[in-house]
Amino acid sequence: MSDAPTTTTNATTPAEGEPIVIISDVHKSFGNIEVLKGVSFNVARGEVVCIIGPSGSGKSTLIRCINALTPFERGSIKVMGTEVHDPALDKLELRRHVGMVFQQYNLFPHRTALQNVMMAPIQVLKQKRAEVEERAYALLKKVRLEGREHSYPGEMSGGQQQRVAIARSLAMNPEIMLFDEVTAALDPETVGEVLITIKQLAEEGMTCILVTHEMRFAREVGDHIYFTDRGVIVEHGPPEILFSAPKDPRTQEFLGQIM
Amino acid sequence: MTGINPAHAAMPPRHALAVLHPVKVRAPGRLRLRAWHGLALAAFVLLSGGAADAAGGPHQASVFAILVKWTPLLFRGFLFNILISFLSMALGTALGAFLGLGLISIHRWTRRASWSVTQFFRNAPWLVLLFFAIFLIPFQIRIGSVVIPLPGWVKAVIGLSLPVMANVAEIVRGAVASIPSGQWEAAESLGFSRHQQIWSIILPQCVKRMLPPWMNLYAILTTSTVLASIVGVSEVMTLASQITAAEGGRTDILTPLYGYILIWFFLYCYPIARYTVRLERRFAVKI
Repeated sequence: MSDAPTTTTNATTPAEGEPIVIISDVHKSFGNIEVLKGVSFNVARGEVVCIIGPSGSGKSTLIRCINALTPFERGSIKVMGTEVHDPALDKLELRRHVGMVFQQYNLFPHRTALQNVMMAPIQVLKQKRAEVEERAYALLKKVRLEGREHSYPGEMSGGQQQRVAIARSLAMNPEIMLFDEVTAALDPETVGEVLITIKQLAEEGMTCILVTHEMRFAREVGDHIYFTDRGVIVEHGPPEILFSAPKDPRTQEFLGQIM
Repeated sequence: MTGINPAHAAMPPRHALAVLHPVKVRAPGRLRLRAWHGLALAAFVLLSGGAADAAGGPHQASVFAILVKWTPLLFRGFLFNILISFLSMALGTALGAFLGLGLISIHRWTRRASWSVTQFFRNAPWLVLLFFAIFLIPFQIRIGSVVIPLPGWVKAVIGLSLPVMANVAEIVRGAVASIPSGQWEAAESLGFSRHQQIWSIILPQCVKRMLPPWMNLYAILTTSTVLASIVGVSEVMTLASQITAAEGGRTDILTPLYGYILIWFFLYCYPIARYTVRLERRFAVKI
């Protein structure tokens, strides 16, 4: 990680094995409250990382730092070789490679499902309408919303809206997907359909970083689990170890309460 | 489960339990135009006209005959009011949209300057702004050899468009502020530029929310166009005083005459007010 003039914008294919996201010593405060107190970890290409922990532990803030939605004071996040903590950062370029799905879906209510998916590729990537449309249909089919292309978000259930939101992110052909508690606002019966979609993505080799409260899901799809509490990573490891034999008492207590 | 649970028996009857009552929040009665206001106006004109006739005796022309006689002229004046209101609204809306965008700018000084302009024109009395426009704008502009005359009514349009501009700016700012922050974040995370975020995602959602207050503003502006009479534009109020003079300064026709003009304003503004209420209801549910 020297200051060598690496071609950052073309660094979409780092060498095999090199982490696609490198987070080191990230500090973030809101006023006097320090929510991230030096967080570091790496994410390899194709890896599915789950961040778990009690409310207010800084999970969402961390994931929002990765695509520069939230600025942070100290530390470094490198996404595909590009330093995020850089005043001269080309945020648009970064966000073309990093998709994000939110807890509240945040679909554009004045546009249909299909239009929601098509807007960014047409306006941001300047791709041809016909090509984008074809891909948008395919993506909506992939998230099993065939036939709902022309529905408005207000006419869909939470789970359907969230799947449109996933399709909308995928339309930008991101290399990394961030999921910020995407099932937390859903009715229990629609959680499953969203999780299946994410699992499918993970199996296709998409690099995924998830903040989640779905422990069973994290255990099932996660390659690596990070347990955060009060702004630090308390413990991490592969799911089969972290969930069955947590070492830190805080992890034990949290998992004991939730499972 | 046999018999009545004593705990239940001791409870007050269901209808007396406050928590079980459907909550109905009654908005404090907002002042709105209603159909009976128009009827009351019409009744007032008829009564005052009739009273004037009864008091005047047979040698005077009937008040109603006078009203009918002058109706075509009054109506032309009224159309002029409508024209002024249209033009002021168009100009004010165009300027106000820009100013409103200035209010939500990410550049601090643009925001502050827009805020100052908005506050100034929103809080200054309309009549004062109208006087400013009349006396500060020259009566003609010379561009090269072309002379563009600026008659009083053009100045009135400009003068009235200033408060409209400031109010529209505030409507724009309020509507943008009412869009959930998640919309901005989603747009941002999809790589939209600030410009694209505003124009293709935020503003289209604002239009619906801006429509009712905008129409309300238009109704207020329409009634304010009579202010132009003070600066000598021959709109309906100016004509009304000329008619009074032409009828020999009869004071008994004043009340029915102005009441008659009020009815016209009512007939014009009432449908707008009704439609605004309908839009507000529709959007209140669907947002």
